[in-house]
Amino acid sequence: MSSATAHAHDNTYGQDDTYLYHHFDDLNQQHESSSLGMWAFLATEVLFFGGVLGAFAIFQTMYAPAMRLASHHLDVMLGAVNTGVLLVSSLAMALAVRAAQLRRDRETIWLLIATIVLGSAFLGVKAYEWIHDYHLGLVPGLGFRLDLYPGRQILFWSFYFTLTGIHALHMIIGIVIMAIMAVLVWRRWFSGGGATQVEMLGLYWHFVDIVWVFLYPILYLINR
Amino acid sequence: MSTESRADDPRSIEASDSTRGYLGADYSIKSWLLTTDHKRIALLYLASITVFFIFGGAAASLVRMELMTPRGDVFNTPDDYNRAFTIHGVFMIFFFLIPSIPAVFGNFLLPIMIGARDLAFPRLNLLSWYVYMAGGLFTMYALVSGGVDTGWTFYTPYSTMFSNTQVIAAAMGIFIVGFSSILTALNFIVTIHTMRAPGMTWLRLPLFVWAHYATSIIIVLGTPVLAITILLVAVERLFQVGIFDPAYGGDPLLFQHLFWFYSHPAVYIMILPGFGVISEIVTAFARKKIFGYTFMAGALLAIAVLGFLVWGHHMFVSSQSMYAGMIFSVLSFLVAVPSGIKVFNWTATLYKGSVSFKTPMLYALGFIGLFTIGGLTGLFLATMAVDVHVHDTYFIVAHFHYVMVGGMLMAYMGGLHFWWPKITGRLYSEFWGALSALTIFIGFNLTFFPQFILGYVGMPRRYYEYPQEYQVLNVMSTAGASILAVGYLMPLIYLPLSLVIGKVAGKNPWGAYGLEWQTSSPPSPHNFEESPIVTGGPYDYELQEFADMHRAVQEHGIV
Repeated sequence: MSSATAHAHDNTYGQDDTYLYHHFDDLNQQHESSSLGMWAFLATEVLFFGGVLGAFAIFQTMYAPAMRLASHHLDVMLGAVNTGVLLVSSLAMALAVRAAQLRRDRETIWLLIATIVLGSAFLGVKAYEWIHDYHLGLVPGLGFRLDLYPGRQILFWSFYFTLTGIHALHMIIGIVIMAIMAVLVWRRWFSGGGATQVEMLGLYWHFVDIVWVFLYPILYLINR
Repeated sequence: MSTESRADDPRSIEASDSTRGYLGADYSIKSWLLTTDHKRIALLYLASITVFFIFGGAAASLVRMELMTPRGDVFNTPDDYNRAFTIHGVFMIFFFLIPSIPAVFGNFLLPIMIGARDLAFPRLNLLSWYVYMAGGLFTMYALVSGGVDTGWTFYTPYSTMFSNTQVIAAAMGIFIVGFSSILTALNFIVTIHTMRAPGMTWLRLPLFVWAHYATSIIIVLGTPVLAITILLVAVERLFQVGIFDPAYGGDPLLFQHLFWFYSHPAVYIMILPGFGVISEIVTAFARKKIFGYTFMAGALLAIAVLGFLVWGHHMFVSSQSMYAGMIFSVLSFLVAVPSGIKVFNWTATLYKGSVSFKTPMLYALGFIGLFTIGGLTGLFLATMAVDVHVHDTYFIVAHFHYVMVGGMLMAYMGGLHFWWPKITGRLYSEFWGALSALTIFIGFNLTFFPQFILGYVGMPRRYYEYPQEYQVLNVMSTAGASILAVGYLMPLIYLPLSLVIGKVAGKNPWGAYGLEWQTSSPPSPHNFEESPIVTGGPYDYELQEFADMHRAVQEHGIV
């Protein structure tokens, strides 16, 4: 094959050959590589959460009564609201990907901002819940009240904070990358050619949402 | 990004130094530290991995010196001894054995072998080196500043509640280095899927590439589980939350399940790339097509899959149910099937081949012998009754050193000698190369064979004092370790020396088959003058034109 610039044709990914890296032959190959890379990365993420979810599932079966008792202290309504907020943010993200593919820069930026706002709202609610938990003496290691929550309930709280904590960390990373991406689109870094990057970010964001869709029932709803 | 790629445009290189390939493209420090060329990144890895290997090796020598006498005399306290073998274990496993072949030879050769210009994500590749260095230096700091006495396995609740050493810092170093392997593995998987040259079908991939594909799958699926396990250890230690500590309702067995779910497959992360290297060397020096190519590729994938199903054999004596033990035992035996396929097929490849005993081949033959012993003793350990007898004794130590050092390290050395002319463009001294291979083989056997006997007669691992009657075997072992050390020092001298006084290697000094031997040595920054089009299998040593070329190599030296 000759040098990459010889393939001056457009493709379906909303990019032209200006955005072709030197070691790829064409944009289809480049896009395929990015998607496969992202999916493989998400596979590692599934196992990352899978390890701790598996551990939680074991304790959940071993000490079911204590777990249910502990789960009682979570506010189901706040969790439900947050689930809704996150699902709407996923919708905004999906629309942002579509807008990027159609090279509508302005629309892409606004939809990314909407996603950021919704994601931050989720984190705000989460932070409120955590502060509330802290005042109730539910945080292991930081003033946990074994007298109020006897038995194995501390295990539930260990896993609750570990799971929601690493989930929140994933969200923060996603929000930071979204902000960077919005600025790059605004400064015409991609000049309408950032579709692949926005699409990969979208995959990541949907994954983070799906993790929450699992966390909500196993943490909030096991009692109901 | 696109401007960067313009900077190393092949046209601008022709003007500078075309005979030194990627090495001569640019000489500045910046061109090394900010490179996205997979070949340069491989050399960055080679340098740092060598440093970590020496570090881990020095700790091993201290351990062996201590064990020369039945009394504790090298270290002041048992704690210091614990710290020394933890340094040895942590560095050798996480910073040498796991990354070495993929990060050095995989990085260097995988794109060339499939006819690509680079890995799919060159900047991610550079990032993974920086992440590796960050993790390595972090762990080194933790181990030097206070040490860790838990052993490389970090068993809870000792590691989470009782050890008063730098557990969190060391664990975080390993957590960080895990990211580096994941990034490299992702890069390999994507590259193999999307970057193959025209005609390079899946069944024309060299076995080296297949081995890295299987390894990458294990890394991608296993490493995140180790990451979360280590994170839970840190959380438990920081906040006293009791995920693993029975005092808080946790379960230490849970740690062992999660830990070995990664760490048993990690053994295959170490050995599968070695299998890939040995397949390349055996077929090249036997001048024969590899026997049973599809079975060799399938066996690699089978080991990758089975590797995830056998972790429970580390827990036969941990109060796990007997029936679970039986199932894990049977599954562990199953791994012997694909491993047997590998060993028998190498032997069948050698059969009636015109074998030439060059340095890489000596290492490869050493590998086959030592790995076979390591693998067969693995069957002893998969048998529950025998495992209970030798559990946590030197028998185990000998077994995994035969697999990892006798297997993986021999493959690493073999690969280093096989591809050294390709990487540097120079030939090393064949005499010193062969001598180092023989020294390592003898030293290795003298070190670790007595440990099988020691373990069988009952010497436990991780003790720094022992009864008088074990001394003879321990002295043999320590003597062997000194010979082994000399064997490893030799390449450290003659390989760098070959850069100055070595003969120019030419494209294909071994007369080997494969895309990497068709490009210049060292390869140009973009690997090939023109992207190759592949028309045949990976090991067509029987082809007439190839036989002619080989004859030319024999008669006139270098092509």
